[in-house]
Amino acid sequence: MSRKTQVLVVGGGPAGLSAAVVAAQMGAKVLLVDDNPLLGGQLVKQTHRFFGSSARDAGIRGYAIAEKLCEDAAAVKKNLSILMNTSAVGFYGDTEAGILSPERYEPVSFERVIVCTGAVENSLNFENNDLPGVYGAGAVQTLMNVHGIRPGKKILMIGSGNIGLIVSYQLIQAGVEVVGLVEALPTIGGYLVHASKIRRLGVPIHTNHTIISANGVEKVKSATICRLDEKFQRVPNTELEIGCDCICLAVGLSPLIDLFQQGNCRMFFVPELGGLVPLLDVNMRTTNHRIYVAGDASGIEEATTAILGGRIAGACAYESIHGVDDKAQAIIADANEELKHLRSGSTGEKVRWGRDRLIKEIAVC
Amino acid sequence: MLINDGIFSQTELESILPSPERMKKGPVAIIECIQDIPCDPCVSSCPSHAITMKSGITDKPCLDHVHCIGCGLCVASCPGLAIFIVDMNYSNRSASLTVPHELLPIPKVGEIVAGLDRAGKAVCEAKTLKVIKSKKYDKTMVITIEVPKEHAMAVRAIKAGKGMGK
Repeated sequence: MSRKTQVLVVGGGPAGLSAAVVAAQMGAKVLLVDDNPLLGGQLVKQTHRFFGSSARDAGIRGYAIAEKLCEDAAAVKKNLSILMNTSAVGFYGDTEAGILSPERYEPVSFERVIVCTGAVENSLNFENNDLPGVYGAGAVQTLMNVHGIRPGKKILMIGSGNIGLIVSYQLIQAGVEVVGLVEALPTIGGYLVHASKIRRLGVPIHTNHTIISANGVEKVKSATICRLDEKFQRVPNTELEIGCDCICLAVGLSPLIDLFQQGNCRMFFVPELGGLVPLLDVNMRTTNHRIYVAGDASGIEEATTAILGGRIAGACAYESIHGVDDKAQAIIADANEELKHLRSGSTGEKVRWGRDRLIKEIAVC
Repeated sequence: MLINDGIFSQTELESILPSPERMKKGPVAIIECIQDIPCDPCVSSCPSHAITMKSGITDKPCLDHVHCIGCGLCVASCPGLAIFIVDMNYSNRSASLTVPHELLPIPKVGEIVAGLDRAGKAVCEAKTLKVIKSKKYDKTMVITIEVPKEHAMAVRAIKAGKGMGK
């Protein structure tokens, strides 16, 4: 017999958990699947304190936000089933998905699905980038903050976005020496308070630089970086060899979109949102009207906006099955209001612009 | 410039510093946050209502130095660890400096630590005056040190442990 649910949620990060909790609170039967052993997505690795409004989780450490969301999920367990170590691998027609757990592969039939698959890390081409000791930032965080293992003794960080800056800080806290941070752009990409935090602990920040090679036999012994000109071309004779046993890549994220493509959702390329994303309307609904989206899968942002997007998707998916509901409307209105504030100002400009493009694009299709 | 290397330039610093007259009057907060980011816990942490954000949560904090009493409650409230308290009146030759701290080892009161400037260079020795570990501060420690007056506006972090003081 096939498993049945009203709302299937794929992914138990901040967006998926929030979507599942809201839909279950409203009264929908919800099944959440996540391929990790722990709920909370990337939040479980975030030991730093989050920004945001004092009204919602500001100043709280990431893992504590995950704990809070798990408590919310436990409170609605009557309507919310959760399967860990389980991936959603594809759709069969409009109302069925295949899920794979360590025990079995089985079909699930659903009325709506909310895809909150998050993002994948980008890589970078340079000589010997397959040498042991070259890590993605996510792996470094998992080793360090989930399993309590230092990835190395001396690490070079590539990328000055918030992930590069924050992971550098966490490495220092774990007792790892961060020998430098390399950024191809002339300016630091992440929040400057995070940059100051690692700079005053002695981490040199090399803007206008890139990594040319990882050096060593069998494992990383050093890295060679060089200066870039304003056209991002290498400046000759500016090579600098930095001793390290680890190189950490934090060069951006791309939305994880396979399920949307397989579900025939119209996709759209928006560089400001991290690349190809599904077209979505204000209700977080894709062009396949049974498929909703929230979180980084709908465009790279951060956890607070993922939570709010998830709440909207959960409420809208519920309404699309059960009809308009006052409580759902209130949740949607509150979340939209908060999102508007969080995305305002100059740091929210890129995301705002990207989101506007999506809304305009879906209006004409 | 801050956006190129993570270090405040003199011009950038001047935009946020209290007046020399205010500095003479005793402890005051220095908020080293000059970028529009979506964050506002400092505003509600201030018992004197001296911190405001004109155009909402993504604005920069604006501190009214006249009304700031230098209580230090904002220091641990800042998720960016960007708020410091400087008291130029601590003694004839030294100032007290309060910094947020999230690293091991934790210095003991009386211990000599290294005072690090905004580029991480050890510029002076400093005596630990106070260490606040509060459940409310959620693992961020608030540490007050005594520094020579001439380094009070340069030191922004500490390094504790063996060999830091003589």
